[in-house]
Amino acid sequence: MAAVSLTVNGKTVGAEIEPRTLLSALLRDHLNLTGTHIGCDTSQCGACVVHVNGKAVKSCTRLALSCEGAKVTTIEGVGRPGNLHPMQQAFQDNHALQCGFCTPGMIMSALDIVRRKGTRLDEATIRKELEGNLCRCTGYHNIVRAVAAGAQAMGDSKLQAAE
Amino acid sequence: MSDTGIGKSVKRTEDIRFITGTGRYTDDINRPGQVWAVFVRSPHAHAKIRNIDIRRASAAPGVVGVFTGKDVGADKIGNLICGWMIHSKDGSPMKAGVHSVLATERVRYVGDHVVVVIAESKNQARDAAELVEVDYEPLPAVVRLADAQTRGQPQLHDEAPNNTVYQWHLGDKAAVDAAFASAAHRTKLEFVNNRLVPNAIEPRAAVAEYDTGTGSYTLYTTSQNPHVTRLVMSAFIGIAPENKLRVIAPDVGGGFGSKIFIYAEEVVCTWAARKVGRPVKWVSDRNESFLADAHGRDHLTIAEAAMDAEGKVLALHVRTKANLGAYLSTFSSAVPTYLYAPLLSGQYDIPAIYCEVDAVYTNTTPVDAYRGAGRPEAAFVIERLVEVAAREMGIDPAEFRMRNFIRKFPHQTPVLFAYDAGNYPACMKLALENADYSGFAARKQASAAKGKLRGIGLSAYIEACGIAPSQAIGQLGAGVGGWESAEIRVNVTGTVEVLTGSHAHGQGHETTFAQVVSERLGIPIEQVTVIHGDTDKVQMGMGTYGSRSGPVGASAIYRAIDKVIVKATKVAARCMEVPDDGVEFADGIFSARGTNRTMKFGEVALQAYVAHKFNPAEIEPGLKESAFFDPPNFTFPSGVHIAEVEIDPETGKTRIERWSAVDDFGNLINPMIVEGQVHGGVAQGVGQAMLENTVYDDNGQLLTASFMDYCLPRASDLPSLNVGMTNTPCPSNPLGVKGCGEAGAIAAPAALINAITNAIGHEDIDMPATPFAVWRAAQQHEKQAAE
Repeated sequence: MAAVSLTVNGKTVGAEIEPRTLLSALLRDHLNLTGTHIGCDTSQCGACVVHVNGKAVKSCTRLALSCEGAKVTTIEGVGRPGNLHPMQQAFQDNHALQCGFCTPGMIMSALDIVRRKGTRLDEATIRKELEGNLCRCTGYHNIVRAVAAGAQAMGDSKLQAAE
Repeated sequence: MSDTGIGKSVKRTEDIRFITGTGRYTDDINRPGQVWAVFVRSPHAHAKIRNIDIRRASAAPGVVGVFTGKDVGADKIGNLICGWMIHSKDGSPMKAGVHSVLATERVRYVGDHVVVVIAESKNQARDAAELVEVDYEPLPAVVRLADAQTRGQPQLHDEAPNNTVYQWHLGDKAAVDAAFASAAHRTKLEFVNNRLVPNAIEPRAAVAEYDTGTGSYTLYTTSQNPHVTRLVMSAFIGIAPENKLRVIAPDVGGGFGSKIFIYAEEVVCTWAARKVGRPVKWVSDRNESFLADAHGRDHLTIAEAAMDAEGKVLALHVRTKANLGAYLSTFSSAVPTYLYAPLLSGQYDIPAIYCEVDAVYTNTTPVDAYRGAGRPEAAFVIERLVEVAAREMGIDPAEFRMRNFIRKFPHQTPVLFAYDAGNYPACMKLALENADYSGFAARKQASAAKGKLRGIGLSAYIEACGIAPSQAIGQLGAGVGGWESAEIRVNVTGTVEVLTGSHAHGQGHETTFAQVVSERLGIPIEQVTVIHGDTDKVQMGMGTYGSRSGPVGASAIYRAIDKVIVKATKVAARCMEVPDDGVEFADGIFSARGTNRTMKFGEVALQAYVAHKFNPAEIEPGLKESAFFDPPNFTFPSGVHIAEVEIDPETGKTRIERWSAVDDFGNLINPMIVEGQVHGGVAQGVGQAMLENTVYDDNGQLLTASFMDYCLPRASDLPSLNVGMTNTPCPSNPLGVKGCGEAGAIAAPAALINAITNAIGHEDIDMPATPFAVWRAAQQHEKQAAE
């Protein structure tokens, strides 16, 4: 067993874990943050995407011990019922989810796309950038619209804040 | 009219928990004292089990139990079942081989379940599973559908000579033969309908516990129909009587058919929970999903159409071999029979149809219903046939279809179904307009100028959903009914709980079903909660499959509301001191006719419970009603999808340039959600047609058993979709709705292959039309053109 300490959604947390424990397992099994989902064994589906030190990471492919001291954000840290993040709101507004299983990973990836590509995103960019996230329900049509709308809303709220 | 009523694109209430990570899927459930199960699966497609040695595994750290089929058998746990009896044309019942929950003597596919290892942690269970020594004697395997019935091939089940489950037929062969003899033109095609792996993004999972005090079990499972799971596990497998087995299907992350079935893992976990005296949890990994979730499709078909000189279809003859894999999964037998052949008439007035189906065993994963289940296979047959017939006869494919459309309803086809309503020409006209069909020639020229091949393809599909009525399907061999149940519990202050036997795993019932209540009772949806997926809460239900939840599930809710309104009207009449027939109810208000007295729905609910204003000998206190709705017929959604593609002949890369869908689902409860269902269905149909290939090697090893190898559609593989609607109400249910969940997956493959073949100029390409397949087909065309 080994000790790990990190910051998750703004809180310092620690756990005694087997060295082979994945970040996804630490979040789900030790910290009870079950919004991060496991959909495959090969880093393909993206249901487990979280942010580590601000960047999107597939948490099923990251050893928890390698996150010692890191700042991790999961879907639970993005926005809560009654206080949704604009990207979460855009997913509801655009019917960008059906079963909801891929949704947390989609939203975490969408936020990373905005970080890298800005708030004005065209369809081709969004489709290309969503390469690492699989959805079997929506055909992506509404996810693409939601990411564009969410990005725009994030830009608008930044603008408002600046004014 | 309510703002949150029928026909409004109300935002989904269930979304809040999913977008904030607070959904509760089976893998999110952990019980105190829980242990983990891992299954040891066969690495061979076909082998005898000589011996199973569990000693090392049992002694491994953390292990609390290692069990084989002998242990399960000692507790008299029964086998998995197939719930639809099909009879062969000679009258004999289908030949079903034994399907054990843990194999004891023989394994028949890679992934077959042999041993369960249960340990304190998942990793310990995995480690110990590696230590189980199964001594296999490998046997030759039969892997390909085309080989299964060939003499001398390995035999899977003693019960089924020549690996043949049944040889079934439907229709009038003599009438078809006569029509073919007089035909002016015949079109014959051979098809592969490729095997698909459903791949809901949530893997299957189960958490089971046993309460020694009450002697009852609770099973949390990723199911589309928890009541059917409970029924089968009780009545056939013998885990526990129904009243001692609670099955809960919480949030379920997609199903597409694959979570209808009753699988070995949930049975074994439930049994083992009592055996080890601890809650037992199992979560499939993706590789296991590929191996052990029931697959879909896998047909080989030879089909021929006979036409008169004007292109009127006179008859169809269809011969299909269907691969059911190594065992009969829960509803597998119905898929290539009653969910397939009755759809072959499509949207067309065809006087004679004859279809023969041989279903066979092979050493592959069992095959069962997957989004559309038989109907996509049928649509592909008829829509490829009419397209190619039109091309051969020099008739525009849209015009060819128009000439053959059914125009009068009800319409009795020669293959069982009586279509109740439709307007096929209206759909076609709108689809052609939306696709700018008349502008295609110019676009094709523009593509040609760039060295690209452009093609357009149509698919005018029909679907049949909401399998019913129960009496009729019982005669066809169904082991279950086709009804759905609903209960409306009006609370004292007028809020409402709806209990439904339907199950949502992405369909948005918590919103749409609440909209039905909102509309009928005149209350906002915030006052309505939809409860589903728990056999302790909902008395009985058939679950969600075959696009039945709108036409059957929501209709049951409608009927239960009828009863609520009748009773509430009586209560209101007593309160307002007028006769029962002196009260009207509209928009949530009860009005005493000829007076200015009114009562809100909530006020009447309160009076129903305080029971101060009526005689309990005449009216029982309370306000709670239920209904079982058994529709008089299937619903028959239909539509036209038009795909337009551009192919780079140098690379075989196919780009979908336009997708124009016009569907007729009758009345819509929530147009936004219906469109979403079309999007998802089309994506899966595009996946089948262009991307998804399930490959077994000659030894029966599944080569495409991960997302690295199996090409699930990604965002960049798909275009934006233009979805339109026509609305011909369905007369077979009170809401006038038709099922919409499978339509896209039914329509899309033929539209796309018709477009690709139109682009490359010949018909010689199978699904999936991958870049390599398209490149090869395009090169062949160029070679032919050069010669």
